[in-house]
Amino acid sequence: MTKKVKISELTNMLQDLDIEALEGVEIEGDIEIDIGGLGGFDPNLAHALGHETAQLSVHLANISRLLGYPVEQAFASASMSMAGQQPQMQPQDKQQIPFGSGRLSELLSAKLEVEPAQEWTHTIQEVTLGATSSDGGSRKSTVTIGGEKALPYYFDAPMPNRNYVTMDVFDMPIGMAKAVKVNYEDVMGDPGEWAKKVVNEFNADMVTVHLVSTDPMIKDTSPREASKVVEDVLQAVDVPLVIGGSGNPQKDPEVLEKAAEVAEGERVLLASASLNLDYERIAKAAINYGHAVLSWTQLEINAQKELNRKLMKQCNVPRESIVMDPTTAALGYGLDYAYTNMERIRLAGLMGDEELTFPMSSGTTNAWGARESWMKSSPMKDDSDWGPREYRGPIWEIVTGLSLALAGNDLFMMMHPTSVQVLKEITQTLYGSVDKETVDISNWVEIEMEVQ
Amino acid sequence: MKVNSPLEVYKYLPGDNCGVCGVDTCMAFASKLLDRSGQLNDCTPLLEDENKDKLEKLEHLLAPEIREVEIGIGDKSVVIGGDDVLYRHKLTFFNKTALAYDVWDTLDEDNLVERVKYIEDFKKFYVGEFLSPDMIAIRSSSNDPKKFADTVEKVMENTELPLILCSFDPVVLRAGVEKAHKRNPLLYAATMSNWQEVADIALEYDLAVTLFSPNDLDNLKSLATSFNKMGAEKLVLDPGTYPTGKELNTTFNNILKIRRAGIGGDKDIAYPIMAVPLTSWLVHKDTVTASYWETVLASVFTIKYGDVMILHSTEPYAMMAELHLGDTIYTDPRKPVTVDPGVYEVGSPTPESPLIITTNFALTYYTVESDLSSNSINSYLAAVDTDGIGVEAAVAGGQLTASKIKEVLELADFSLNEKTSHNTIILPGLAARLQGDVEDMLDTNVLIGSADSGRLPGWMDKNWPPEKE
Repeated sequence: MTKKVKISELTNMLQDLDIEALEGVEIEGDIEIDIGGLGGFDPNLAHALGHETAQLSVHLANISRLLGYPVEQAFASASMSMAGQQPQMQPQDKQQIPFGSGRLSELLSAKLEVEPAQEWTHTIQEVTLGATSSDGGSRKSTVTIGGEKALPYYFDAPMPNRNYVTMDVFDMPIGMAKAVKVNYEDVMGDPGEWAKKVVNEFNADMVTVHLVSTDPMIKDTSPREASKVVEDVLQAVDVPLVIGGSGNPQKDPEVLEKAAEVAEGERVLLASASLNLDYERIAKAAINYGHAVLSWTQLEINAQKELNRKLMKQCNVPRESIVMDPTTAALGYGLDYAYTNMERIRLAGLMGDEELTFPMSSGTTNAWGARESWMKSSPMKDDSDWGPREYRGPIWEIVTGLSLALAGNDLFMMMHPTSVQVLKEITQTLYGSVDKETVDISNWVEIEMEVQ
Repeated sequence: MKVNSPLEVYKYLPGDNCGVCGVDTCMAFASKLLDRSGQLNDCTPLLEDENKDKLEKLEHLLAPEIREVEIGIGDKSVVIGGDDVLYRHKLTFFNKTALAYDVWDTLDEDNLVERVKYIEDFKKFYVGEFLSPDMIAIRSSSNDPKKFADTVEKVMENTELPLILCSFDPVVLRAGVEKAHKRNPLLYAATMSNWQEVADIALEYDLAVTLFSPNDLDNLKSLATSFNKMGAEKLVLDPGTYPTGKELNTTFNNILKIRRAGIGGDKDIAYPIMAVPLTSWLVHKDTVTASYWETVLASVFTIKYGDVMILHSTEPYAMMAELHLGDTIYTDPRKPVTVDPGVYEVGSPTPESPLIITTNFALTYYTVESDLSSNSINSYLAAVDTDGIGVEAAVAGGQLTASKIKEVLELADFSLNEKTSHNTIILPGLAARLQGDVEDMLDTNVLIGSADSGRLPGWMDKNWPPEKE
């Protein structure tokens, strides 16, 4: 939206879509995205689409070669043979070659001096999630986020903790994009198995349990009933947990309170306290049962300051128990605001705003709300072919998350296994913990490609 | 930019508040120059001979820290560089990262032409405009001057997009330049071993040239300083894009250092930066894996200071994400987040037309509006004041409620009974939970629309007009 044109004015340019195509889209939509969470899954349609899905899945699975497999040296021989043609001469080694007027015969020698940033004087609070038996919990490992003294991956100061991914588990079958759904059909309806799957097969660092069924508009599950799911998941996996409500501001405080009670000592992250619900009750539950609180605001740095201040001053939540969620908007749907909001929050923290020196979490899953990630084809007739959505969805989630990683986000709530894998690979590569054989790029120009 | 205060600019302006520039006072114009929303030639008195010194002084003071370089000619030319800040919220980033997709001289003619056409024609609609690739990079993979020249010629026959001519062999590069120099291409690249010959070509044809010094910033600066000294000022810096491992972290920091030094006032290195995510294909052979990783690299360097990039994958999922992210990062953060609350007419609504509710978050509003108008759905579209928050989040956060909907209809003086024959409101699918409240508070029928406005046309077919009670 770079110019403020009224799009009605473009109507003449854009032709009508033919109705049949749209009906196709509509039918698909019924099975993929059912925001109320009550939609069924049509097995006939799944079968019809199965073959295509299988093929696409193979390609997505190939991406696993990014992790754990030896680097492919597909082009190494070509690059090596060219490398010899390009001796890297130092300025002082340069031979004299005669040139016309104005031409230099020798390179002028220069040095690039870059100082570390002086204005970053403060350290972001470290927050540890999960507790092992020595700390009164039953987790096998913990996750520590925060502690930065600079923007992420910057040379100014080493980043003490890497980025982590917590994967979504729901307490009931829900509608989701097809590309996501194919990964969870076997565990949908069994949160414990679902949690095991994301940890054991998809390499999740943590699990987020969403107690969506507690919403009065959905199943109105009681807090007590919902907390059994939390117990199941605590039994099923030994990684730290995030516990989320349904997003209903009236119901969430009591749901999270009960969940906090059954998870006592496990140091979960309660999601979320916000200004439009009884945050005090959630804060109290966190303090009483030894958990951390996710402080959620909507793309507004001053609201974030206000809520953090209230959690600290009014509710006495310790600094080491606060994580912020300043809201994630998907690529193409407000990511610019989400990115800049997070970057401003992190910069303000580094420069000493004590109300903002907390680690951040992103609901990266929101990327699946972007039509580019799940719609079968473009609703705009003049668009180029969008290609298979099975590839679009994960990349939308990756790019949304990666952008926010660069703005300073620490923890990512995600859904698609491929997205998780690739996001972990790139953030850990930037973090500096991924060793790979050095690639010779000196003659990349001559790389031979196959026609796609 | 070397000035921070309008006063420092004002003192070189005529000071008579003539208003020719479009604002009332010279001080206001000074502010516009400072935030780069106004241009010096808007002040016509300043262009007169007697003010020549002042104009030059202002041009110097107001020049962006990072030099701008123009590539190509005509409507499709691109300008890269021009930034003044390290963080977009401090002002805005200027000149969106130019995305160049590659072709190469060992492609056979049919495939070459097809690929050029595909790149040229690729477009993705996005609230009011199409996003599309900016340039074509032609690589000499044959290292054969004739083949390269022929390929350049063939590409020029098929596209007006600006070109990057790529070869480390000056003889090959020159062969391409002889064909394409009138198109004002960017040369790639001068290195520590070929710099004099490449400088010759750049100077002879007055073309922009990329300096390539993989992982050696001192050499890169030496090259930049030397080229500048020789009179080649249209420079682009490539510190090498290492695709994986610890070297990628080094690449990230190399680019960061170049830009920080440039914005910080080191003129010798204050040029646009090139990143080459295409190097993903040096390590990944599988198309999907290589495309994913290439997109990931492109994302990192779109956000962190890449001004021009060379890419290979033309898979739609890669291109769509890359094009969208460039638009995202380079969108002016000073633009309003919201549209004015109210009820807008889309097309020519009649009493039979639907009233559709959305939020006043600009992105949401324009998306819905384009979905309606491009499908010729005459309708009333109500933008509820949700403080610029999208539907799903506003329902969760309490900014989109029945009373807010009532408020906007009253504000717009929109009576359902007078303006419509159906007394029906269509709520966004994501606001379904408001149905009961809205029915009670407004005493109307409520229909739940699709979760995504892209599906409104299909939804309308099935659900509109509503059945009479």
